[in-house]
Amino acid sequence: MATRYRIAVVGDWDSVMGFRALGLDAYPVTDAEEAKEKVRELARTDCAVIYLTEQLAKDMDDVIARYKDELRPAIILIPGRAGSLGIGKANIQRAIERAVGADIL
Amino acid sequence: MPNITVNPTRMELTRLKGKLRTAQRGHKLLKDKRDELMKQFLDTVREVRALRAEVEEELMTVHGSFTVAAAIMGSQAMEQALLYPKQSVELTMTSQNIMSVNVPVYHFQTKTQSDADIYPYGFAATSGELDTAVAALGNVFQKMLKLAEIEKSAQLMAEEIEKTRRRVNALEYVVIPNTQESIRYITMKLDENDRATTTRLMKVKDMLLQEALEEQRAQDEQILTRYKGKET
Repeated sequence: MATRYRIAVVGDWDSVMGFRALGLDAYPVTDAEEAKEKVRELARTDCAVIYLTEQLAKDMDDVIARYKDELRPAIILIPGRAGSLGIGKANIQRAIERAVGADIL
Repeated sequence: MPNITVNPTRMELTRLKGKLRTAQRGHKLLKDKRDELMKQFLDTVREVRALRAEVEEELMTVHGSFTVAAAIMGSQAMEQALLYPKQSVELTMTSQNIMSVNVPVYHFQTKTQSDADIYPYGFAATSGELDTAVAALGNVFQKMLKLAEIEKSAQLMAEEIEKTRRRVNALEYVVIPNTQESIRYITMKLDENDRATTTRLMKVKDMLLQEALEEQRAQDEQILTRYKGKET
């Protein structure tokens, strides 16, 4: 069970640069298509957590939905340098709606 | 909608009664599972919301300090400084079972032990703002990992709750009423058959009696005529 996984950060160069200093695998990409490719590739290999900037995430719902119900990888949205778009919060809301069948919180 | 194609036999009735019992027990169990999952889920979700708000806010601050650092040093120099990481992080993942949902638990190890040793650059060529930014990011990262863990858990639990909810509803509104309807149909049909048999038996008995009576009467008649003939 002691497989070692990596943590990846996918986003525009400005947003991911800092994570490189922490020893995470930072993958700067320029557009959503490239990001989709990258996320698919990372999911196939040994990546357990992928942090993805919201700016990219807004155009790649399909890929995110594909990995939503799997244990690995966890795709977590983070605000990019340009600011938060509120997608991460909306996703929590959607999870609640999905579970409860109505918006209760 | 009752299933009309059932055979109205006792065997079928016993089978359906067994099915109904199983369905009702399953329904109760699934309902309990759903309720417990929901409780756990709502706790997790509350945590996720709080943590996400925190992380987003702190991350924006960190982005801000990186921007400041880039402005002071020039982005080229900063790129160079950050190009080769000294620190590396490895993650081990175990899974924990919450009400049959496997949720991930992350443990991470860093290569260098001390927090102060993470700067991948010499201090001479870089500005102090960059150090602050990197240190701040290091702090946020702990929270980000926790966020990844519980947000993923929330997503997985949401999926499981949805599935359980569908099953509960299918049992409650489809399987159980249908089976009950079929049972009622068979019971009524069997009762009807019973009554039909009784009626038929009564009818047959009546007919037999009638026949016997008529025979008796005919005999009596004969005897009577014979007797009358003797008398005259």
